[in-house]
Amino acid sequence: MTVPSPVEARVRAPALPSSREPVIAIRDLAFRWGPRSPVVLALDALDVAPGERVFIEGPSGSGKSTLLSLLAGVARPVDGQIRVLGQALGSLSSAGRDRFRADHVGYIFQMFNLIPYLSMVENVLLPARFSPRRRDAARQRSGTLAAEARRLLGHLDLDHAELRARPVTALSVGQQQRVAAARALLGSPALLIADEPTSALDADRREAFVRLLFEECREAQSTLVFVSHDAALEGLFDRTVRLADLNGAAARRA
Amino acid sequence: MPILVLAWKSLWNRRFTVALTLASMALSVALLIGVERVRTETRASFANTISGTDLIVGARSGGVQLLLYAVFRIGNPTNNLSWRSLQDIAAQPKVAWVVPLSLGDSHRGYRVLGTSAGFFEHYRFARDLGLTFTQGGPFADLYDAVLGAEVAERLGYRIGDPLVIAHGAGDVSFARHDDKPFRVAGILARTGTPVDRTLHVSLEAIEAIHADWQGGAPVPGARVSADAVRALDLTPRAVTAALVGLRSKVATFQVQRFVNDYREEPLTAILPGVALAELWGLVGVAEGALLVVSACVVVVGLFGMLTALLTGLNERRRELAILRSVGARPGHLFGLILGEALFLTGLGAALGLGLLYLLLALARPWVEARFGIHLGLGGLSAHEIGLLAAVGLAGAVAGAIPAWRAYRLSLTDGLSPRV
Repeated sequence: MTVPSPVEARVRAPALPSSREPVIAIRDLAFRWGPRSPVVLALDALDVAPGERVFIEGPSGSGKSTLLSLLAGVARPVDGQIRVLGQALGSLSSAGRDRFRADHVGYIFQMFNLIPYLSMVENVLLPARFSPRRRDAARQRSGTLAAEARRLLGHLDLDHAELRARPVTALSVGQQQRVAAARALLGSPALLIADEPTSALDADRREAFVRLLFEECREAQSTLVFVSHDAALEGLFDRTVRLADLNGAAARRA
Repeated sequence: MPILVLAWKSLWNRRFTVALTLASMALSVALLIGVERVRTETRASFANTISGTDLIVGARSGGVQLLLYAVFRIGNPTNNLSWRSLQDIAAQPKVAWVVPLSLGDSHRGYRVLGTSAGFFEHYRFARDLGLTFTQGGPFADLYDAVLGAEVAERLGYRIGDPLVIAHGAGDVSFARHDDKPFRVAGILARTGTPVDRTLHVSLEAIEAIHADWQGGAPVPGARVSADAVRALDLTPRAVTAALVGLRSKVATFQVQRFVNDYREEPLTAILPGVALAELWGLVGVAEGALLVVSACVVVVGLFGMLTALLTGLNERRRELAILRSVGARPGHLFGLILGEALFLTGLGAALGLGLLYLLLALARPWVEARFGIHLGLGGLSAHEIGLLAAVGLAGAVAGAIPAWRAYRLSLTDGLSPRV
């Protein structure tokens, strides 16, 4: 399959060999929330290669959360195509997209990532409850689910008995975001989506968090889509996508 | 189901509010099933007030009225039944026995019943139980009295104690038969029927204490002493009513027709079971209303749960989005909330039943002593199981509302809850 060259705002680092199928391939995409609502996102083309670390930048209203909803398979494109790992998400049923997300997508929210009534390890193991595929991958990696959770938490410097005993609500914001990262990485999903994960962190902790995330993504061989409006982090990534420039809908409205 | 584990942990996390919801569910279910049980037992105890008697005969009146004064000692007869008519009925070939009942006097608020010794033999209650004596025995002497269990207990009488009968049925009576005192000869075991609240004396005794009375007052200057009266003929001229037993139930309607068509005197014969059912039809309305009210309490309890779940849902939109992000389908979230509702309803009902049985076990002796109602501690009746199933169904319906809302929220919110 030939892959058309990606339309990019700027290329910071060379893309991975184009012989490999892109993790994300968007063509002529249009999305609106309801049949009468205006089009909020219109993308002619956007490709992300395997292992790539993409920084998506854009002010609020530029269609960031819509793009993430589409990538995660929560929303369904109205027109055009969005392929993740070669799978056209628009052709899947809603349950099929949910299963796809459970199996292949790790997601980190801006804040409040953790379920307050679950322990740290239980939070990390949540994806394993919904995806047998990630459960098996995690077991294969460390023998047991708990061991894999501890391994991931250990990499993120969270595997301390004292921290594990705490209710997750008593963790610092930075610790909570790292637990969320461990959860998103459990079972090595192919695509990691982070929606402004550093915005609640102190400025001096942001870069450290991003570097940790890079390290883990490399190890899990996950592709990272990182949304932020913190331009200071931009330089760390392979590539930056400026959504405001790319989004035809935003351009028309502007 | 992975989601049920989450539902349980989530409930445990909110255990304080959950406990309150459970308490309100448990109390309402305990009330519902409790009312149902008391209702059933009351009806059963009512229907078992008299058995073994085929017909009750009295002066012409309505069946319920005759039943009320002859069996429940409530109200007064319109007229009497003459001794001669009673002899005619007793002489019928199909009639096995006749027990005359003579009412009109009282002792400290309890009715006095003049009857024959046959009463202790033939009166039956609660599916063919007979009267038994805890102390003493039937009357042997003219001035012997046999007390019902409650009378003896409340008034503290023992065998051999003297007592004076008052004229009329009032609680406080000024006309007393104090020239002819009685002696307690026997005390009956508890029956849960009006017998417990009755003093029994012989028909002759009723005649004896009224020998020198006329028109409801003693005749001045013509007093007959307690001993002198023994020499008189004490056959009554009339009684209030009579219980009739037949040789065969097949003859019931034949004898009833004989009494109702009796030419010498206008009389009525009733089948006790039919009249009891008729009377229950009157009081049963209140009992039905009670059940409706307790059902409403359950509905209020369910509304409480609904409120708690719906309020909680807004605080849990973030949680729903997190679950969606790790792959939970909207159906999972529907199941999560519905599972919580079902768990609350189910556990609430179970706790309610536990509470009810505890209360029943504690209140049983008292209720039996006070009201003569035997509260069973047995398993659930089919109707009670039906009520519980209805509660469960109502809980599922109530839970489906927040569950549906969670489903909708998870679709509209997606991964970005608007909180």
